[in-house]
Amino acid sequence: MTRLLTTGNAVPVATAAIPVADTDSFRGEVLSGIAEGWRLLLLIGLSQDQAGTRLLAALADDVQGEIGLIATVVGKNYPALTPDCPAAHHFEREIHEQWGVRPEGHPWLKPVRFPRGGPAIGEVDFFQVSGAEIHEVAVGPVHAGIIEPGHFRFNCHGERVLHLEISLGYQHRGVEEALRDGPDKRTVHLAETIAGDTTAGHATAYCQLVEALAATACPPRALALRTVALELERIANHIGDLGALAGDVGFLPASAYCGRLRGDVLNLTAQLCGSRLGRGWIRPGGVAREPGAEVLREVKQRLREAERDMRNAVELLWKSSSVRARFESTGTLGRQAAADLGIVGPPARASGIDRDCRRDFPAPLYQGSRPVIAVGESGDVFARAFQRWQEIENSLAFLARVVDQPPQGEPGAGEPMTTVGALAPDHLALSLVEGWRGEIVHLGMTDAAGRFAQYKIVDPSFRNWFGLAMAMRGQTISDFPLCNKSFNLSYCGHDL
Amino acid sequence: MFKALLARARQGYRTANYPAHDPSLPALFRGRPVLDPEKCVDGCTRCIDVCPTDALSVSAAGPELDLGRCIFCGECAAACPGNAISFTQDWRLAASERAGLVVTGDHPVHVEAASRELRRLVGRSLRLRQISAGGCNGCEVEVNALGNVVFDSSRFGIEFVASPRHADGILVTGPLTANMKEAALITYAAIGEPKLVIAAGACAISGGLFRGHQEVCDGIEEVFAVDLYVPGCPPHPYTILDALLRLLGRC
Repeated sequence: MTRLLTTGNAVPVATAAIPVADTDSFRGEVLSGIAEGWRLLLLIGLSQDQAGTRLLAALADDVQGEIGLIATVVGKNYPALTPDCPAAHHFEREIHEQWGVRPEGHPWLKPVRFPRGGPAIGEVDFFQVSGAEIHEVAVGPVHAGIIEPGHFRFNCHGERVLHLEISLGYQHRGVEEALRDGPDKRTVHLAETIAGDTTAGHATAYCQLVEALAATACPPRALALRTVALELERIANHIGDLGALAGDVGFLPASAYCGRLRGDVLNLTAQLCGSRLGRGWIRPGGVAREPGAEVLREVKQRLREAERDMRNAVELLWKSSSVRARFESTGTLGRQAAADLGIVGPPARASGIDRDCRRDFPAPLYQGSRPVIAVGESGDVFARAFQRWQEIENSLAFLARVVDQPPQGEPGAGEPMTTVGALAPDHLALSLVEGWRGEIVHLGMTDAAGRFAQYKIVDPSFRNWFGLAMAMRGQTISDFPLCNKSFNLSYCGHDL
Repeated sequence: MFKALLARARQGYRTANYPAHDPSLPALFRGRPVLDPEKCVDGCTRCIDVCPTDALSVSAAGPELDLGRCIFCGECAAACPGNAISFTQDWRLAASERAGLVVTGDHPVHVEAASRELRRLVGRSLRLRQISAGGCNGCEVEVNALGNVVFDSSRFGIEFVASPRHADGILVTGPLTANMKEAALITYAAIGEPKLVIAAGACAISGGLFRGHQEVCDGIEEVFAVDLYVPGCPPHPYTILDALLRLLGRC
C-alpha cells in the first residue's frame, strides 16, 4: 500500500499531497487495499475541470485507526469498482448523478436523490421480477405515519418479498451545496439539521473538522460535554426505537414506556442546553453552553431513575415469548453481506462486525475513555434490538462516569462563533464520529482562500439503506415495518 | 402477565396535566423572545449579523424578530451588547396570521380559534395527516412525541391518521422540496372539505435554514393557504399542542 497517503481522523492533509494515480492503478490500489483488510470509507467526486473529474477514495484501517487517500482523474466514464467492491455501489451512483461520469459495468446505476436538472423524481427503471403470480406493492413517498418520505417497491410472490427497491430523494434540500464557500454564519446550523435526530452527531463531526483545519484544539471539558451530548442522543434514539419495535409487534406496554422514556432523555439534553435535540450546544472551538456542576448532578440523578425504568420496560420485551418469536430470525442480514456492503453502526455490530469509531478512530473525542463496545452475532431483528439495549447500558455506565467527574476548566467557545479562525488553505480533512446510527463522515476541502471548495457528508444511512433491502429478502411483506424500524434509517441524512 | 402488571404499576401515571397546569420547562429553554428597543445600542447590527436565517430586522420602532424564520438558536441574544433580546420560557408561539409572527417588544402571540362551524365539526375530534416535506426530521420527532403518554394528544381527540381520506387537514413539516411538491398536493387533494393546513416549524413557515435553496420552496405558503403557523426549530411538543388546542378553542 505504498501509493496511499495515510492520515487519521481529523488530521488535515495538503490536497496537493494526495497521490493522483491513473485510473487503472487507482482501481488496483483500492481493490488491493480492500483485499488487505482496509474498507471503503468513501468514494466521491472532488472537482471537475477540462482535464476531467477528480475522484477521491478514502480507505479505513479500523485496527490501526488510519485513513488512506488516493485520487484519480477520469473522463466521461471509467470501469466501475462496484462489481469488485460492492461497498462502492451507492458512491458510484452518486458520482454518476452529481458529475455525469459513468462507472461502466455498474449493475445498479440509478438516481440517488433526483437533484434538479436530472430526471423527475420517481422516473427510474425500477427493478422488476417477472413470472407467474409475481406482484408489486408500491408504498410512499407519503407513508402511514409521522415519518419522512421515501418510495418503496416490494416485488412479491404471494406474501414473500423477493426484492425491495428503495428510491429516495424526496428530502433533497441542497445541504452540501449550501455548505460550499463556507464556513459562514449558517454553516453550523446546517450541520445540526443534516439529520435532526442526530444533531449532536453531525454538529460534532462538523466542529471536529473545522477545528482540525484551523489547527485549534477543543478543550477537554468541551470534549467531555460533547460525548455527553452524543451518548444522550444515542440513548434517546435507541430507547425510542425499542419502543417502536414493541409497537410494531403489538406489544403496547413496552411501546408506551419506552416512548415516554425517550422524551425523558430528550428532556435531559434540554436541561443541559435548552433544546431537546441538542440545538445550539456544540460549536466550533467548544460548546456554547456550560451546564455547571449542579445541573450535571441533577442529570446524573435523573439518568439513574430513567435507567431503572428502562431496565424494567425493556426486560418485558426479552421476557415475552411472543415478542421474541417475532424478533428472532426476522430480517436477517448476514455477516458477509454486511461486510461486503460496508454497513456501519448497530446493524453492522448486530451482524458480528466489530466496528465502532469511538474505539477505532477516537481522536480526540473518546481518547481518554469511551463506552464498552458491544457486538452481536445473528444479524436479525432480535440482534439489532438487543444491540440497541446493550449500547444503552454501556452508554449509561459511561455517562455516569463522565457526569460524575468531568474534566474541569473552560468549555471553550463561551459565546457563539461561526468559526475558530482561518482554515488552512488547499487542505482536506475527514472527520469521523460514531453517531447513534453509526459512522458519520464529513469531508471538507478548502480552496486557496480557506473556504470550503467541497464539503461531503456521509450519513450512516447512506451505506445502510441497501442493508435493509437485503434484510427484507425472503421475508413477508408484513415484516417490513419491523425490519425497517430495527434499522431506523434517516431519509434527510441520505437525501441532504 | 404478572410481570406486565407489575411493570405498569412501577412505570406509574405520566400524563401531564395540561393545559390545566403550565408545563415545567428547563431554565435554558428558548421560548418566545422579548425585545427591548430601549436597550439597543445606537447603530448596532450585531443581532442581524449573526442571525443565520435573517429573522431580525430593525425598523424605526426598534428591532423586529420574525418567529416564522427564527430557529431559536439564541445567537442574537448572546451577541447583543445591551441585552435587548432575551428568550423567555413562554412556549406559546403559534399564530393564525403570518404577520402575527413578527415580534416587537413583549407581546404574546395570538391564535384565532377556528370558526364556530369548523369547531362544531372538528372541535372534539381533529384528525390530521402529517406530510414530511424536506426538513431534518426534527419536527417529526416532536410531532411524534404528541402521541406518547406524557403529551397524549388523543385525550383531546387530536390524532394523526394514515390516510388523508380520514383526515380533517394536513400538518406539514419541512420547506416543501421540489421533489415532494406533487405528493403533497395529491395528499391535500385527497382530503374532504373543509380542510385545515398547519405549517409546523421554521422550514414549513418560511423555508427556515433552507430558504433560498433552489431545491425547495420558501415555505409551504407557496402552495397552500395556511390556517395555523407553529414556529420553532423544531417546535416543542407543548408549542404544537398549545397551537392545536387554541385553534380548537380549547385553551
